Amino acid sequence: MSYTQLKRVDLIFDTEATTKDILQTAWSKTNEQIVNELLESGLKGRGGAGFPTAMKWKFTSEQPEKERFVICNADEGEPGTFKDREILFKVPQKVFGGMAVCAKVIGATQGFVYLRGEYRFLLKELQKQLDDFHGILKDLGINFSISIVMGSGAYICGEESALFESMEGKRGEPRNKPPYPTIAGFRSKPTVINNVETLVYAFMITKHGAKKFKDLGTADSRGSKVFSISGDTPKAGIYELELGMTVEQFVEEFGDGDTKAVQVGGASGFCVPRKKFKDTIIGFEGVPTGGSMMLFNSSRSMYNVLHNYLEFFEEESCGQCTPCRVGCQQLMKGIEAVKKGKKHAAYLEQLMKLSQTMKITAKCGLGQSVANSFSSIVENFKEEMIY
Amino acid sequence: MAKNINLKIDGITVSVPEGTTILEAARQLNIQIPTLCYHEDLCIAGNCRVCVVELKGARTLPASCAMPAAEGMDVLTNTLKVRTARKHIIELLLSEHNAQCTTCYKNGKCELQNLASEYKISNGETFIDLVPSKNYQIDAYSPSIIKDDSKCIRCQRCVRTCEELQHVSALGVAYKGDKMKISTFFENPMFEVVCTNCGQCVNRCPTGALIERNYIDQVWDAIYDENTHVVVQTAPAVRVALGEDLGVDTGEIVTGKMVTALKRLGFNSVLDTDFTADLTIIEEGNELLTRLKRALVDKDPNVRLPMATSCSPGWIKFIEHTYPEYLDNLSTCKSPQQMFGALAKTYYAQKRNIDPAKIVSVSIMPCTAKKFEADRPEMRSSGFKDVDFVLTTRELAVMIKQAGLDFAKLPESDYDSIMGQSTGAAVIFGATGGVMEAALRTAYEVVTGREVPFDGLNITAVRGMDGVREAAITIDGTKPEWNFLEGVTLKTVVAHGLVNAKKVMDSVRDGKADYHFIEIMACPGGCLGGGGQPVPTNKEIREKRAKAIYQEDTGKSIRKSHENPEVVGIYAEFLKEPLGHKSHELLHTHYKARQRY
Repeated sequence: MSYTQLKRVDLIFDTEATTKDILQTAWSKTNEQIVNELLESGLKGRGGAGFPTAMKWKFTSEQPEKERFVICNADEGEPGTFKDREILFKVPQKVFGGMAVCAKVIGATQGFVYLRGEYRFLLKELQKQLDDFHGILKDLGINFSISIVMGSGAYICGEESALFESMEGKRGEPRNKPPYPTIAGFRSKPTVINNVETLVYAFMITKHGAKKFKDLGTADSRGSKVFSISGDTPKAGIYELELGMTVEQFVEEFGDGDTKAVQVGGASGFCVPRKKFKDTIIGFEGVPTGGSMMLFNSSRSMYNVLHNYLEFFEEESCGQCTPCRVGCQQLMKGIEAVKKGKKHAAYLEQLMKLSQTMKITAKCGLGQSVANSFSSIVENFKEEMIY
Repeated sequence: MAKNINLKIDGITVSVPEGTTILEAARQLNIQIPTLCYHEDLCIAGNCRVCVVELKGARTLPASCAMPAAEGMDVLTNTLKVRTARKHIIELLLSEHNAQCTTCYKNGKCELQNLASEYKISNGETFIDLVPSKNYQIDAYSPSIIKDDSKCIRCQRCVRTCEELQHVSALGVAYKGDKMKISTFFENPMFEVVCTNCGQCVNRCPTGALIERNYIDQVWDAIYDENTHVVVQTAPAVRVALGEDLGVDTGEIVTGKMVTALKRLGFNSVLDTDFTADLTIIEEGNELLTRLKRALVDKDPNVRLPMATSCSPGWIKFIEHTYPEYLDNLSTCKSPQQMFGALAKTYYAQKRNIDPAKIVSVSIMPCTAKKFEADRPEMRSSGFKDVDFVLTTRELAVMIKQAGLDFAKLPESDYDSIMGQSTGAAVIFGATGGVMEAALRTAYEVVTGREVPFDGLNITAVRGMDGVREAAITIDGTKPEWNFLEGVTLKTVVAHGLVNAKKVMDSVRDGKADYHFIEIMACPGGCLGGGGQPVPTNKEIREKRAKAIYQEDTGKSIRKSHENPEVVGIYAEFLKEPLGHKSHELLHTHYKARQRY
């Protein structure tokens, strides 16, 4: 197999410039300059939803309420995603740096890292790195500090408003939106909440300017992205790749020669079958991803794959809204019943309609996406669901 | 001044103040959008999703209860997409719900059942019944409230009620995903947690998941038992709400019809809790004056002021759990229900020459906590269980229907005697501020020999629906024996809803208030908004009931408790004097601290 048509990028893990240097560069710029560079770069949120980062920062900075917060969402819970863990392990200071730049722009003095409960093993080193970082801020005379808050293991707390609730000591349940976090986030104050990776890109864009980032990728999906690659692949791991590739290109490089499907975006993402590899772009114009890429070869039962995802969601739905709480149970019990012949295969059509309702009526972004894997797997691998 | 927002709903243009939700805007246009988790008294949850609407240009269907109207919005409430989604949501809820409607206590009064009927969830293949896999529990240990998780739709109205209106938080959400449920501290039975039995959750539960424990059959049994003498007492607030469950307009007073109905049901004697409400005023008023004397004249350091009312059993359990150090501030008076119960099997039995062992004492209350109160060990001073069965207003309505009575067309009758006569001061016990007003009418007159200096005896400062209302009255021209009160400004405060009780008690605890007398009712609006009253409840309904109560007061020939002839009579013949030996034995009690967990 030819070695790579895919362009490797090294923005995230590059440690050429010191945190202090980049912070000094940032502080030599006006807030407007920083926001404009971010806007120009086209950086979109790397958690999956893809909201333009510059706009988040700008909206928050324009709020009349002066107490504002910046929060790093490190509750990396999507099945198949493990890139934030690597970023926090290897370049934590760049994450903190991104938060500091954001704090400068929005006028915050307090930031938080909400760390996934299962990542407690990172805490000790992270805290040490944070102490060093606070030292740098002190040297530079920057009034900003960060606290690390531990999550408790609920997937839903990766949803930003549920994360705020969790931080406030309440049950982690998504809030109604609007209001959005830029207006009323943590403690109902204007809040920027960004994914770990987004903050590092923002930091690096502040260092390099917009061009280096903007030159990568496509019109809708600028720059590069860190992928967590797993499943039936000889090269499982973390890769930073330029955006804009098709699934076919991706599979050529990472597949084992027998790839039947790729689950893009984790359990809440979409399943792309072999026949669609060629026409599917990985990015906001095609299938977006928070980084999770799971490859399945022909030895895998897609029924089992789907059942596994649904089992996950049945348990990890927060349970407050009807479509997500009951919908997940019905989808799972439904495919079981079809498989066992207790329900006619036509029942899958009814479940497909239900999955459409779940996508448009659930309260939060998670609830709206739990049915993605169901609809894309059932649509493309129907026979595996029945026989 | 809020600016106005212009939007279109189903093609009709409407202008609403900023902050109005789509649901509210639609209601202005008389467009009905179904709701389940929404309740006017509570904050917006947006979790049932049955109120979704289509918003042009949006990918998703927002919940209209949670979505503020925005300029230029184009909302559609009745598209195929909306209809399909709502139907799905109702079907999903039903699949998790024990839908044995025919044997459900809420059959015919269930919001989910109504929606299922409206959306005709009947044809085609239904979703898989999830109930068998759920291991649902019924908590039927409380004398007041039964919680059946199999009927629960997780709308969290009860959770919000318990937290926002009552600051009790006995109910909360536990677990997540498919196991998510409404539960209590450590999943203990309601009977063993901080629950005050107020029943506000019962009033707001859309299904049969939270209901009152009903004693309808036991009461029928007693009525049909020829060896018993069944007396019934009716609380002040019942007469302004009972009609709502029986086809009479909200806010209509149905006292006379209710008395007729009770007689036709077969109660041997139909009496009035209002009688003991008047008696409470005499006892409690004297208790307050005694405490004031001990504080002002005797300088007794042990006297506890402010004194707080003790009529509301929800409030009693709340203070036992939450402010046990203030239990001695409670008036030692029992509630009117329990005073009545104690007297029914003593004074009444003697006067009517009936063996008290054969008396079954039933009360009709706007309240679920009264069921718990009647079961308290403190409430057996007649030598028997003073009140045998407590029925809510709703249960009485059920009995009236069961008996085949056309309530709206019943003639009116008067209460029986003895213990059936009352005053306007007693009937206002049913509204927040009423006990205060009644007490002031009597206490002021006892002290000065003159009527309270308010137009038509109406002390409007203590009326209304504000959560906490303070009022002060300066006493002058006292009679010689009360001259220590000359020029004293009596400071009072009235609170309803336990969230407001907390505000008052915190300010007392923090030394920020120097009240003499506190009236607290556990339920919003007072007893008229009680947990045993007809469903639904909202501010408008409570205001109508309050209006009716004050109307009943104005219409009474006697409006001051101390002028109730039967009250005068019972002191002459039986009790001898307020706070006397007999009173202490039968009419007063003490409560004990309970732990919060």
